[in-house]
Amino acid sequence: MTSIILLSVFGIVNLFAGFAKNKQVLLPLVLVFLAIVFGVNLLDWNNTQTYFSNMLTIDNYAVAFTGIMTLTTLLLLPFSQKYISNNDANLGEYYSLLLFALVGAVMMVGYENLIMLFIGVEIMSIAMYVLAGSDKTSLRSNEAALKYFLMGSFFTGIMLFGIVLIYAATGTFNITEISAAQASALSEGLPDSIFVMGILILVIGISFKISAAPFHFWAPDVYEGTPTLFTAFMSTVVKTAGVAAFYKLMVAAFAASYAAWFPTLVAITVLTLVIGNIGAVIQTSFKRMMAYSSISHAGYMLMALIAFNESSDTAILFYSAAYSSASIAAFGVLKLVQDQRRSHLYEAFNGLGKTNPLLAFTMTVSMLSLGGIPLTAGFFGKFFVFSAVLANPDMLWLVVLAVVLAAVGIYYYLRVVIAMYMQPAANYDTIRVNSFSSFTLIVLTVLTILLGIAPALVSELL
Amino acid sequence: MITALLLFWPALAALLVLLIKGQGAKKVAFVAALVEFALSLFALSAFDTQSGALQHKLSLPWIESAGISFSIGMDGISLLMVLLTTFLVPLIILSSYKHEYKNPHVFYALVLFMQTGLIGVFVAMDAFLFYFMWEVALIPIYFIAAVWGGANRIRVTFKFFVYTIFGSLFMLAAFVYLYLQTPGTHSSDVNAFYQLTLSAESQSWIFWFLFIAFAIKMPVFPFHTWQPDTYTESPAQATMLLSGIMLKMGIYGVLRWLLPVVPYGVSQWDELVLVLAIIGIVYASIIAIRQRDLKRLVAYSSIAHVGLIAAGIFTLNEQGLQGGVIQMLSHGINVVGLFFIIDIIFSRTNTREITSLGGITQNAKMLSIFFMVLLLGSVGLPLTNGFVGEFLLLSGVFQYQAGFGAVAGLTIILAAVYMLRMFQGVMFGTKSEATENFTDLTFNEKAVLIPLVVMVFWIGLFPNTFLSISEPAVNTLLSIINR
Repeated sequence: MTSIILLSVFGIVNLFAGFAKNKQVLLPLVLVFLAIVFGVNLLDWNNTQTYFSNMLTIDNYAVAFTGIMTLTTLLLLPFSQKYISNNDANLGEYYSLLLFALVGAVMMVGYENLIMLFIGVEIMSIAMYVLAGSDKTSLRSNEAALKYFLMGSFFTGIMLFGIVLIYAATGTFNITEISAAQASALSEGLPDSIFVMGILILVIGISFKISAAPFHFWAPDVYEGTPTLFTAFMSTVVKTAGVAAFYKLMVAAFAASYAAWFPTLVAITVLTLVIGNIGAVIQTSFKRMMAYSSISHAGYMLMALIAFNESSDTAILFYSAAYSSASIAAFGVLKLVQDQRRSHLYEAFNGLGKTNPLLAFTMTVSMLSLGGIPLTAGFFGKFFVFSAVLANPDMLWLVVLAVVLAAVGIYYYLRVVIAMYMQPAANYDTIRVNSFSSFTLIVLTVLTILLGIAPALVSELL
Repeated sequence: MITALLLFWPALAALLVLLIKGQGAKKVAFVAALVEFALSLFALSAFDTQSGALQHKLSLPWIESAGISFSIGMDGISLLMVLLTTFLVPLIILSSYKHEYKNPHVFYALVLFMQTGLIGVFVAMDAFLFYFMWEVALIPIYFIAAVWGGANRIRVTFKFFVYTIFGSLFMLAAFVYLYLQTPGTHSSDVNAFYQLTLSAESQSWIFWFLFIAFAIKMPVFPFHTWQPDTYTESPAQATMLLSGIMLKMGIYGVLRWLLPVVPYGVSQWDELVLVLAIIGIVYASIIAIRQRDLKRLVAYSSIAHVGLIAAGIFTLNEQGLQGGVIQMLSHGINVVGLFFIIDIIFSRTNTREITSLGGITQNAKMLSIFFMVLLLGSVGLPLTNGFVGEFLLLSGVFQYQAGFGAVAGLTIILAAVYMLRMFQGVMFGTKSEATENFTDLTFNEKAVLIPLVVMVFWIGLFPNTFLSISEPAVNTLLSIINR
């Protein structure tokens, strides 16, 4: 709870700090803020509290996800340094918008009431709409913002419609009461079509937010057009918050009507896995590939969700942590390369192994992690997801499908590795990397490998 | 403790080698690999060869709540595989002395790092540790082949990597399923897997999930299509690592994680596997006869030999299994020797085409002798190592079904055809332009080939030295399979 208040206050402070002449202070300031939030958030561990007359519950689930999302943001921001020298960039505003988006994300993992979920989604989304268009002179960025905003608000509307239908059927917004109401309705043998409709529409709304297929069409264009720093935020924090909220919704509110929504979610999961992985294969742009890859990872997280047993939350938590640390590193390297070589195609990475061994190594570890190769966190991510799903042996076919698609994944993740180490570059210009970015990349690489060797650090939390 | 030392020493040495710039890296790597060999000899000396149980055990909690432990140990089969690895790696490093690879420190660090993965596969007694090491061995060899390889290396190694990952992900899925079937809080320990009693139906599909992973690695027909290209395009040292040691991971995997875990699944499908393996023997032998590139020829011969090993171990009798184990050693030694000789010839003449070579015997007496010995070992002439293994394997296959044995026996005739044809074309006849100024072996080259040739005769004359090490373990394995 304190983290929400702190993040809001720090966001406003940052907004005013943006007026400062010397923009050098902004980055350290926001990093200190995030570090404080991270620390304060941990104080709520094992101390479940409910706030705002049952609107918000901060339990271990919320604390763990808040911790991961805060840390992700913290490790992402060092790559924003280039903006400091750019006078057109309103750095203070970017930082405060990111902090506000984080406020929304924290609400999404701690809500106790559907209204709170809706407010969380909106706070996060509106900040992201603005950030998507923050590169004002770029047509692509403008297009991204417009697309994201139009589609996003449309689907938020759909979400709200779902919430209203659920209210109509149960007379409450509180997820515990919804759960109790449907249990009593089911015991009387009344299949309430309005209620089921509400669930499915709500599922569609959230699926949009995590770019699950077939509601993913916005994602590749928006990811490509959005400035890379914010794409990274979108594909990690926004996705983590979305999946965490999704799982919480299904467990806490709709567990009893499992049979009603399960087939729909299975279909969404399968489509997401297939479209994400196949779509990524045919891309020529690394950034677009990462967009499709993020769709496919949403699919793996959804697999953990539909497994719907006691190991699901651990699987989702670990997968988010593994996916976030690898993605941030990949996007960080992409941003550094893109800033200098002005391209986000695979070719931009040619010869990076020679000119910037650190960047190339970091990228390789991230790609191996996203591909799920052992020694990296991604392997245990896949391991926990597969274990959760296989607890129900009838779902074996889904694991087989995921396995085949994971092998497809190796194909596109390796392409950038091949470009870096094996393709000659036209001109070997070394990418300039300041020491702070290098340090962050090293931290991320160590984190990815550490989680790949000692997964218990995260997997035993929940 | 010694097992852990064996496992981590190469990885530590790899980090050390990474710090050494320039060609000094290969010397440090060689010394490190020799130390590793000495360690494995120490492990052998402290090993009770009468017992079929696991020895030199070490088990530490890894992911405690999930019942996954860092559990390593060796029985006779593991020990022989470890010895093969530690024996071959220093020779492979020494064999590279004439090459000046770019970024030698990275190259040799990757070789040593791969050794950790290989040893890990052979000593892992926990399914997830096994899977972990299985992939750890793959990543370095991919980079060695893809960065230092030939002209088509990128496309070819890409296929290799995706192909093997594809197979091993199925293995992972099977392991996860088996793990979830273990009672209580679950365990992925090898003995917990052995104690599972699964329905015939689930054993049947688990068999295929595991078999695909191992069959791709070996490779067994029809999963072999990555192999000839990869062997041809890889640098010589990577080819030796792949063919000499890495393919044994697949066979070892069958012995440790397939046969005893799903015996009923095996009994449903063993006939099909034998048919595939025997098709592979004949098919690869015939293709080998038609090859003009030396490396491709030996690559196909390797598929044929591995086919026989696969056929032998799926007969599930003692001869077949013992033959498989001893033939893994023999094949590792012969194929590494042959690929090294091809590398020597290539580095002097710049060609691997049989037609553009010839008459090398006139200039290089020593090379001819070593080549002949290794080649005859590979053909399976009595007194050489190949004979022992092939004899046991074929007698195993005959016991299983005489008809299979007769067809599989073709391997000896066909091997003689393609191997002697190769020797004839390369070594005899008139000198060609390329072989005009061929020089005989250098000191370093002899230092690699002499130990290999000694082993050819040692295994050929005194196979019991090695058979007695694996025998108790093979019997234990058989009693688990026939439980």
